[in-house]
Amino acid sequence: MTKAAFVTAGALLVAVACILLLLAWPRSSGAPAATRAGAPAAPAELGRTIKARLFYVSDEGTRLTSVERDVPYAEGPEQAREIINAQIALGDPLVSAVPSGTALRAVYLTERGDAYVDLSREAVTAHPGGTLNELLTVYTIVDALTVNLPAVKSVQILIDGKEVETLAGHVDLRQPLAKNLALVQ
Amino acid sequence: MNARSRRPLLTALLFGLALAAGPVSRLASQTSAPTPLTVLSKDGRRTIPLTLVNNQEFVAVDDLASTFQLAVREDALGALTISYKDKTIVLTNQALASVAGRLVSLPAPAARAGRGWLVPVEFIGRALALVYDSKLELRKPSHLLIVGEVRVPRLTIRYDLVAPGARLTIDATPRAVSTVTEDNDRLLIKFDADALEIESPSVGIAVTPGTPIISPGQQSPLSLVLNVRQLDATTLGVELGPRTAGFRATTLPIDTTMRLSIDVMAAPSEAAPAAPATAGPAVSPDVPPSLAPPASAIQTIAIDAGHGGADEGVKGAGGTKEKDLTLAIARRVKAAVEARLGIRVLLTRDDDRGLPLDDRTAVANNNKVDLFVSLHANASLRPAATGATIYYAAFDAAPVSGTLAGVDRVPTFSGGMRDIELVPWGQAQTHHLNQSMAFAGILEERFHDRVTLATPGVDRAPLGVLESANMPAVLVEMGFLTNPAQEKQLTGNEFQNAFVQALMEAIVRFRDSQAGGAGGPGGPGGQSSGR
Repeated sequence: MTKAAFVTAGALLVAVACILLLLAWPRSSGAPAATRAGAPAAPAELGRTIKARLFYVSDEGTRLTSVERDVPYAEGPEQAREIINAQIALGDPLVSAVPSGTALRAVYLTERGDAYVDLSREAVTAHPGGTLNELLTVYTIVDALTVNLPAVKSVQILIDGKEVETLAGHVDLRQPLAKNLALVQ
Repeated sequence: MNARSRRPLLTALLFGLALAAGPVSRLASQTSAPTPLTVLSKDGRRTIPLTLVNNQEFVAVDDLASTFQLAVREDALGALTISYKDKTIVLTNQALASVAGRLVSLPAPAARAGRGWLVPVEFIGRALALVYDSKLELRKPSHLLIVGEVRVPRLTIRYDLVAPGARLTIDATPRAVSTVTEDNDRLLIKFDADALEIESPSVGIAVTPGTPIISPGQQSPLSLVLNVRQLDATTLGVELGPRTAGFRATTLPIDTTMRLSIDVMAAPSEAAPAAPATAGPAVSPDVPPSLAPPASAIQTIAIDAGHGGADEGVKGAGGTKEKDLTLAIARRVKAAVEARLGIRVLLTRDDDRGLPLDDRTAVANNNKVDLFVSLHANASLRPAATGATIYYAAFDAAPVSGTLAGVDRVPTFSGGMRDIELVPWGQAQTHHLNQSMAFAGILEERFHDRVTLATPGVDRAPLGVLESANMPAVLVEMGFLTNPAQEKQLTGNEFQNAFVQALMEAIVRFRDSQAGGAGGPGGPGGQSSGR
């Protein structure tokens, strides 16, 4: 085998590996390094959906309850964006712990399994406060990703692209938080 | 003429009849000398002799006159007029006195004794007190007369055998804070008061300084407490027996009384055979089961009023702002804990200003406080949510490599190396989690019946203000401001008093459990321990 053929075969092998990796998402344990899940990268496939567990405030107001919903399918890390968008959309008649008006700016993923969810400032300014409410908001986002995307091990919420201390004065958001189902009924 | 203006006329009429009945009688019966009356005032103490006639205690008018600057005059009708400034008290041979125009009864009439006059001791409280400028409080059973605002708690002392040791219970009414120190083989109990009134366990026998008030040692030389006696105006001395291995003092406020309980523990080698032979009262669950060496007592705590400034926290259905509620309750806690427990309380903020979470914890860490309590009010999207939750820290984030606590060797100024422990700021609480959980549990128990608890009452969460606290720390969500009924409750005196009381009891129980070793919470309240 010539040197050129060897390089070509190697490049093909890498390309195939990359395709396989992307197809395996979200079940793959290896996430691309600090990939931004943006609209131009890999748009959701029209009409195709996945089943995802989303989280809403329970009837008594002190816990989260999970509901299975159809969420548009997307390839690779873009799936994280679809899930968060579905989570922060109006859940009518279900009540979301994420303040209304909150928009998703971006989702970033690291190789280590950390997800960074960048939300608009309404997540802070429209937050009604209280430790419990804040826990419900934070773990709505954290669990929505960690439960539905096994490759995501922890989630850090950013506001307007920046790290914040808390959303409402209680829950420490200065580090990524792991999945926590203790608040889920 | 209305009813009010008719009263002096009636008084004058009655008193006129009394005057007509005859002048003040002469004292004929035999007299004896009972315990004198001790007069306590800001200026010090003095005694006034009493005279016992037909089981009635009398005091000489001359003695009262010199003590209280009274003028005494006997008028032509034989009535005795006692004046204080421009007010007069007139006495006749009836068991009555006209005090500035008001008629009061006495247990006996005034009587002449030699060249002077005697009046029943009750005259002081019933007549003189009505015209005198300062407060006069006559405590007849203990022969005490308190003049002005002098703090004289009444002490009742009880000694019980409670396996595996004994308990000395001292109730101080009204409440008086005390400190217990060890001095060789005795304990010194110093009360924050001007004087003490000690109720004798033997009815009718006055307690005098130096005389044993109780002497369990007389019954058994093996007794853990040999006797208790008053050493000076505000100090009791507890003489301990040779079998005593240690003690633990706890306090508990009960209505207007402050109860001091001193558990005295027997030496381990003798405790085992001695305990079954104890024929005292039933074993109390409050008995400290451990003889572990004492830990340092809680001396300073930090109370963090959540939110502040532009960060208003939760806004209640009726407009209550969380930042105002937490500050009001934090101030109440500070006032109560400092006054009643003698523990210093630092507030992370004492006005309406915002503080980053790290600054709040820094107040506690930099002042080396022994306990940190952050106060908050909760919110839910469902208005029905109700109840308090006590949070301790959770560390849900995966530790970042290189930030874990460890020991580093560093050079010292005098040469050589020494190990220092490095604790990352954000993980300081990891060293205190067990104690924080223990305090949360005690607080939940103290809330019972006083403060409605949510389900669960105790929970864990990655709360920023707790994670960097380098001492036991909890965050208390006192209730839901989003629940209109609970908002009303949270802003009311009844809830706030109950909350402060529960928190205070939890603090002293926790202090107790820390001082008592691994035996868990002992008697409610705590002060000190030794040996």
